[in-house]
This record gives sequence, C-alpha cells and structure tokens, in this order.
Amino acid sequence: MTVTDLVSYEDALASYDPVMGLEVHVELGTKTKMFCGCSTELKQDANSQTCPVCLGLPGALPVVNEIGVESAIKIGLALNCEIAEWCRFARKNYFYPDMPKNFQTSQYDEPIAYNGYLDVQLEDGETFRVQIERAHMEEDTGKSTHVGGATGRIQGASHSLLDYNRAGIPLIEIVTKPIEGAGVRAPEVAKAYVAELRELIKALGVSEARMEMGQMRCDVNLSLRPNGTETFGTRSETKNVNSLRSVERAARFEIQRHAAVLSSGGTVVQETRHFHEEDGSTTAGRIKDNAEDYRYFPEPDLVPVAPAREWVEELRKGLPELPRLRRNRLKEEWGVSEHDMQSILNAGAVDLIVATTDAGAPSDQARKWWMGELARNANETGRGLDELPITPAQVARVAELVAAGDLNDKLARQVIEGVLAGEGDPDTVVEKRGLKVVSDEGALSTAVDEAIAANAAVADKIRGGKVAAAGALVGAVMKATRGQADAARVRELILEKLGVEG
Amino acid sequence: MPGITREEVAHLARLARLELKGEELDHFAGQLDDIIGAVARVSEVADQDVPPTSHPLPLTNVMRADEVRPSLTPEQALSGAPAQEQQRFKVPQILGED
Repeated sequence: MTVTDLVSYEDALASYDPVMGLEVHVELGTKTKMFCGCSTELKQDANSQTCPVCLGLPGALPVVNEIGVESAIKIGLALNCEIAEWCRFARKNYFYPDMPKNFQTSQYDEPIAYNGYLDVQLEDGETFRVQIERAHMEEDTGKSTHVGGATGRIQGASHSLLDYNRAGIPLIEIVTKPIEGAGVRAPEVAKAYVAELRELIKALGVSEARMEMGQMRCDVNLSLRPNGTETFGTRSETKNVNSLRSVERAARFEIQRHAAVLSSGGTVVQETRHFHEEDGSTTAGRIKDNAEDYRYFPEPDLVPVAPAREWVEELRKGLPELPRLRRNRLKEEWGVSEHDMQSILNAGAVDLIVATTDAGAPSDQARKWWMGELARNANETGRGLDELPITPAQVARVAELVAAGDLNDKLARQVIEGVLAGEGDPDTVVEKRGLKVVSDEGALSTAVDEAIAANAAVADKIRGGKVAAAGALVGAVMKATRGQADAARVRELILEKLGVEG
Repeated sequence: MPGITREEVAHLARLARLELKGEELDHFAGQLDDIIGAVARVSEVADQDVPPTSHPLPLTNVMRADEVRPSLTPEQALSGAPAQEQQRFKVPQILGED
C-alpha cells in the first residue's frame, strides 16, 4: 500500500477552504420492512426474515409501511423541511448482489422532505446552521460475507455469501446542502451535526440511532477550494464513517490529503473512499458511477405518496422539544457549565438524570451519582450508562436515604454497588448489608468518648483552640463505626464534649 | 430525430451486463431508434395540459400497517438459489483480480 501524502492541518487551512456534504442513513425502528411485512429484528438466523417482495421474486407486489412514511415526515418536520404534497418512489438500478432485485427502491427527484436546516451547537456554545437539501425514503441492502480472501475483504475473495434479512429495512437518507464557511472548524461541525441529528432521531422515537450497530451511518463528502474563491473543488466521498469521532477524523484526514494533492499541482480524483478506524486514514475505493448510470425511473409497483396536510400538521404538533433547546433548558435548570453539560451529554446521562429527578431526587444529587460512581462503573465494565442494572428510581431512592440522614456518601456508594451486583433494590441492600448510619446518640456518644480517651494529645490540641484537629478524631470514630456514623454529627459531639465552639 | 449511437448501446449493454457483438450493437442501435421514435410520437399528441404519467390508476397513499407477517423459511427462501452455503445465497466472485 502506498503511503498517502498529507500536509499539516494548519497548512491546509492556510491555503484552502473546505466544503462538506454529509449524507446520513438512518435505519428506522419499525417492526417490519419498508415494503413488506417481514420482521426487522436483528441477529436472527440468516435468511429467516425474507419473502417474495424483499427477495425480488417475480410477481411480488410491494406496499409501503405507514410508520415508515410517518417517520420520514417527522424527521423532515424536525429538520424544518417542507413536506412534499405528492411524491413517488424510484428504482435505482445497479448490479450488485446485496440487493436481490438488482435495484434499490429509493426516491429520486421527488423526496418526501426538502429544504430545511438543523442548528448545531459546537463545544464552545457557538451555533452553526447546517442547511438540509432533502430527506428521502429508501431501503437497506442485504449483508455480504466475502469468502476466500484475506480478513473477509471483497478483494481477493473467491465468492460471497448473502443474508437478505436486512434487505428492505426502512432507511431515511438525510442529505445536507454544501456546508460552507466552517473553515478550520469543518471537522468539528461535521461531528456536531451528526451528533445533533442522532439526538434528534432518538428524541423523535423513530430509531435508536446506534451508530455502533449500523443503525446510523455517515458518508462524508469533502472538497477544497483555494481561499477566497467560489467554485467548488472535486470532492471525495468517504463511505460508512460510523462513529462521531470518526466523522471528525475522516473530515480532517481528507482536508490534509486533498491539500497535499492540490498543493503539489495534482488533481483530486472523484471517488469513493474507505475509512479505517485503526489510524483514521482513508483509502481509494471505486471510481464513482455517474448518476445517470443508475437509470432511475418511477417505481411502477408503488403508488405515489401524497401526505394530507392535516396529517402533516398533526405530526408537527406532536413533535418533541428539540434536543438542543431541551439541553439548553436543562443546563439552565441544573445550573451547570457548557463544559459539564457536554460531559453529561457525551456520557449519555441526560435522560437518566431527568428520569432520576422526575423520581424525586434533587438534580445535583442525580448528576453526582450518574456522572460519578455510576459513570465509573459503566466505564470499568465497558457498558453504557443505560445498560447498568440500576434504574433512575433506585438512584433517586439512594439520594432520598442520604437526604434523610439514613446513609452517608460512603454507605450510599456501597448501596449502589449492591444494587449493581444484583442484590436487590436500595432498601433491600441496606437491610441485607446492615448499612444504616449509626444515629443512635448513645452508641455515638460512647464511640466519641473512646476516641477522645485514646487520643488525649489530639483532644488537648482541640481544647486549646485547634478546631481543625477534630478531623483526626472524626476519622477515628468513623473507623470504629465502620463508616456508618454521620460524620457531621460526630464532629458536633466531639466539639461539644471538649467544650469548643465549632 | 437524434439517432441512438453505437456507443450508447455499448454503454447500456455494459450497465445491463449484456455481452454484445459488434454487429449486434449496430443492429440494436437501429431498433432502439425505431422504438424511441414510435414512443416519441406520444409527445406530439400530448399537449401542455397532459402531465407525464407514471401510474395509470388515480391512486395515492396505499399503505400497510406496521404489523409483522410470516416470512418464508430459510429453506423456502433458498430453494430457487443456484448455489448456497451456510444458509446464505452463494454468489460468484464480485471483484476481479485487478
């Protein structure tokens, strides 16, 4: 493999202005495929979810999934698009065995949604408006396994095996207009856009949009033009960039690569490129077919979709609060910084914290547990926060016990540990492990007396006015009570007994 | 009437994965020309008020509830396949050696 020449990112931006186009495919969370009643459940036996329609057998007649259309309209509305009064499906013809029909049912010049925008927030709080060209309905392809070559690659394979369970699962393709003016922040804008879109899709409830599971995939189109010029340069299309971090890296790499080609007097080839997670590089794929090679024509087997305006307006009314606005509202309500809010978002904790406060916990407590103890556990066990075996209601209960003085922080951590270990709900863990704070004044008083007796020198210092030394005695009492004493109360008792004002 | 060129026929044949000989290219270019010429006469009689038609029936919004229906069994699905392996459709090499 030849080493790709790159110039430094700073040098690239000193001479060139990046223009991007982002194409995002979202797999809808419908129960059935786009044009037939086959289940969309993942990880089933190969070819166990196919029928004459999605296998493209002669005489089969597709019928569009109502929820597929509804989801497309919701996405369009949330992206501030116009919704077509009337639109058709089209056949995109190509020879490749991932579609048994030899065409993909898609939309061509009549997308269901067009002309919108999405405001995205960058890490420093600045807002960037990304214009949306269109969002259209189509279907996913089957899954290929290449046999006989190195590490499952198509190059050098002797043959390939096809599982058509995924063929026909509804996809919405969302295409931006050329993103101009992002300059040095282009890779960051690309990442923020995909992140915002993912939040939006999740908020709409039309897909879980898990990028690691291929439910959301991004193609990054990028070109450079000399600073101060208008005409777009030749673009490359980096396919299937499947994490937020990769979107940013792919854009950055392509900027550096294009700049190296252009500044050495070469020309950029219009081609598809493959992204490599290991090192963030891209390599050349096939030279792009021209659009006319797909020989699009209106799909004769599916009648046009003409969403009634009443339906569209009804869907518009049902749209949830946009994630960006909700985030900013929560940030205000919780009184956290932009940076902390970003961390909460990155951790996937927003909804969990909201659910915990809904269950009665103060927001600072909810944040503290989810972003502290629980985030640490999730990290260590390689799980998402939402995969931890603890519910927001249980976290709220722990916070309640702390607020009531039944638990201190140390004991609360043990309770959470117990819940995560499957020992039951918080009250059960408290019961079984015997984790109540010792609030029995008699027992505490004895423990304090013992600590004072055992540390006479320290006690003298405190009597002499060195109140700070009380910490050592508090520690001794906590140790004696195995952490189950209320530290604040212990301190009060110590000072009281030694006749010192706190 | 702009004729269909030999190159256009060759291009279409490549897209359709058809192997055509030299004389066939000429032969089909002429035939396609005739067919397109015949269809083009429709445009001559259709006035501005007649929109192009892709669907003969005045139907829109034929939709299906999102309810699962039984699929074929893998055996049924694969029953017409020329070759299979690991319960999957087996297809010849997709990319050549180049």
